[in-house]
Amino acid sequence: MQQDDYILELNKITKLFPGVRALSDVDFKVVRGHVHALVGENGAGKSTLIKIICGVHPHGSYEGQIFYNGKEMKFQHIRDVEQVGIACIHQELNLVPEMSVSENIFLNEKPTKYGFIDFDKMYVDSMALLRQIGMNTEDNIVISPDEKVRNLGIGQKQMVEIAKALSKDVHLLVLDEPTAALTEAEVDVLLDIINMLRSKGVTCIYISHRLDEVMRIADDITILRDGQTVETRKRENLNKDTMISLMVGRELTNMFPRVPHTRGDLVLEVNNYSVENPDIPGKNLIDNVSLKAYKGEILGMSGLMGAGRTELFTAIFGAFREPGQGEVKINGEDANIKSPMDALQRGLVLISEDRKKLGLNLIMNIKENTTLAALEKVSQAGILNEDKEVHYTNEYKESIKIAAPSIDVKVSTLSGGNQQKVVIAKALFCDPKIIVLDEPTRGIDVGAKYEIYKLMNDLVDQGVTLIMISSEMEEILGMSDRILTMANGRITGEFDITEATQEILMQASVPGR
Amino acid sequence: MGKTEIKKARYTTTKKFDMRTLTMVAVLILLWIFFTFATSGGFRELGTSFLSTRNLSNLMRQMTTAGIMGISMVLVIVTGGIDLSAGAVVGFIGCVAAWLQVYGNMGTLPTILISLALSVLVYVLQGSLISYVSLAPFIVTLGGQLVFKGMILVVTKGSTIAPLQESLLYFGQAYVSKPISLLIGIAAMALLLLNELQRRASKQKHGTLTEPMQAMLVRWGLFSAGILAAVLIMNNYRGMPVPVLIMFVLTLLLTIIADRTTFGRSIYAIGGNLDAARYSGINVRKNLLLVYCIHGLMVGVAGLIMAARLNASTTNVANMSLELDAIAAAVIGGTSMTGGVGRVAGAILGALIMATIDNGMSMMNLEAFWQYIVKGIILVAAVWFDIRTNKKRKG
Repeated sequence: MQQDDYILELNKITKLFPGVRALSDVDFKVVRGHVHALVGENGAGKSTLIKIICGVHPHGSYEGQIFYNGKEMKFQHIRDVEQVGIACIHQELNLVPEMSVSENIFLNEKPTKYGFIDFDKMYVDSMALLRQIGMNTEDNIVISPDEKVRNLGIGQKQMVEIAKALSKDVHLLVLDEPTAALTEAEVDVLLDIINMLRSKGVTCIYISHRLDEVMRIADDITILRDGQTVETRKRENLNKDTMISLMVGRELTNMFPRVPHTRGDLVLEVNNYSVENPDIPGKNLIDNVSLKAYKGEILGMSGLMGAGRTELFTAIFGAFREPGQGEVKINGEDANIKSPMDALQRGLVLISEDRKKLGLNLIMNIKENTTLAALEKVSQAGILNEDKEVHYTNEYKESIKIAAPSIDVKVSTLSGGNQQKVVIAKALFCDPKIIVLDEPTRGIDVGAKYEIYKLMNDLVDQGVTLIMISSEMEEILGMSDRILTMANGRITGEFDITEATQEILMQASVPGR
Repeated sequence: MGKTEIKKARYTTTKKFDMRTLTMVAVLILLWIFFTFATSGGFRELGTSFLSTRNLSNLMRQMTTAGIMGISMVLVIVTGGIDLSAGAVVGFIGCVAAWLQVYGNMGTLPTILISLALSVLVYVLQGSLISYVSLAPFIVTLGGQLVFKGMILVVTKGSTIAPLQESLLYFGQAYVSKPISLLIGIAAMALLLLNELQRRASKQKHGTLTEPMQAMLVRWGLFSAGILAAVLIMNNYRGMPVPVLIMFVLTLLLTIIADRTTFGRSIYAIGGNLDAARYSGINVRKNLLLVYCIHGLMVGVAGLIMAARLNASTTNVANMSLELDAIAAAVIGGTSMTGGVGRVAGAILGALIMATIDNGMSMMNLEAFWQYIVKGIILVAAVWFDIRTNKKRKG
């Protein structure tokens, strides 16, 4: 029977970390030629399972057996895995930023001629691969093989990773959260590529938090929870709600806890605000933007990747490389923000989309991160009062439910959702009037997302003005009271939530011409 | 999510902290046992061996310069910086002090004040270039090293300026009398207890008290025993050496600055993640400059003590590469070169290990080159160990 043609079979995999059982007796069977999705909350064991498949955890460090094409495999090294035709694309991309696209694609096996690298062949082959995945066409080169990877957007880097995987003879492609940082349009491209690969007989293991994509692309879906396989089902026998309830072990009645807000006073007013593109002098990255944000509302900022939403608010926050030109008023007064220090003093906080790089100090613990932006609140004459720190941090740990054994735990050991909660605690500790949340739930599991949404509602009730930048249409529509769309550094539309639909927003977000 | 991950976190954090410090303490103890064995003819003549109180007193004196430079070097490295000019500036300050006393006919107090002010000024300059002009610390201080090696020759014309006034020598050569040493030791123990009790009271007030009274008393007892042992060993010879006392006071001061002030927290934040620190509204430039100022003060103190010990200008000191000793002390003491991690007191442990090697090997009458080789190996091994534990932590 065809059902039994498994390319990969994992039997009773148990992986112990010192003092903890990351996986217990996990069975995972992947049918040849299928797209097999692996879903579960953060910390459910997906990454550990993938690391076992990809040889990061070598044979012997776990219990159980791996069969690949019917033969038992004892992978010792990532190279062993690559040799049999398994390629892994990890969440953190493994590209060399200072090298060109083509050099990255052929990083391990550069084509040579008389012992020298054959750059021409490398260029041509890279171009062919990029065309194959639909990035480049005859008359539109999106990614030049000669471009340095440093200069690419995160979505484009992802495509380079895929091209790199395809440059080898790959039978099984493992994609770990490939769409976490992509825009909807880029996601479509990626899913098309996976479809194309499937039609060529390549098997895919696809890990994602975005359940809609999973429903769109997967043939089979395996749900992991707390290190155990909950179920493997065909896609037809699953829907999103069941999937979510299997993942979290409870029925989520509503993904978005919408409560009615009443708009209050005008808090933030931006007039004719422009920011020059630091890489292209003379060209505006943000072009003559004006917007208003009110007390007691969530203002959603919608748009495609590269529309300039992050840059706009980073500039207003005083942290962008290029200072902005124009008027920014907070509570009717000229804000005159030149640095994040000024912004925090005026009550404006930015929760960045890149929490590991810009939000947290990973080698510090929860307590030190929480109090970092407002140390004056826990000190007298420059001397820290640790007990006050402990006291306040514990309060936040309780009220926003940071799951950790104690506040002395390093934030690097927390899951994405809990890290994000620490960033939020840190922002709240500054007693902000305006919070800009840039992709507040990126890479976060469903349960934690819901808690963050509820927290956002609480904040609005407390009179904080929230501005939410999000690339997830559902989130924008589910949480905002008012929505602004941006494209090419300009505001392209303003919609009340009652009139906004996915189609309307998408139309406003697509750059003209 | 949850339990499993959390347990893992707890496991790794506690384990890491203990291993790092304990390993270096173990290395130190092993070195001491080895040198004692090698210098006492198999533990027979302890009185003249490495472990004699006279030698231990010398050992402490030898480590003061690297120790004092090391404790502030920790802060510099924590911010992600480095200071290659420290050795040259120590020499320069020592020469200036000697010049002031011999040719300037200045008293000891003005000499000290001018020397320290000059040292801070030197680091205000270097620190400004690093923080406000955003030049790389490596380059700025490498340049500084060359400049101050040259400045030494400007001040001394290449000769030795001597002798210094008696009152300045006090800071490099004198001993605190035995009863006063004991008194200082007891005072330190009492202060420690007061501090512990105050912390307890404060914790109780904020409802965060979890530690039983016994645990606190045991900890205090251990620390006090350490202090008492050190004082008694020093008193068995000639009392607490003044420079050693200065070193301990400065270590305490810098520890408080690093661990208990907003400034200290800020510099760890800057070194750990510069962007995140900036986004948190920390005044990166001001804090960086302040770190270099404090470092300048410590380097100045080290220069004065050095000159006082030699009773002459420190004309040749710049060629001893003291900055490398200070960096090594910091690194052996657990400071990470990538920034954000390091403890002030660790540099004292590091300096003690380095001084132990110097001292023990010269007592064994081994040639000087062995000292370099062994110190080099220990330095690299310490960093290797650091990286290994870091990898484990990341899992």
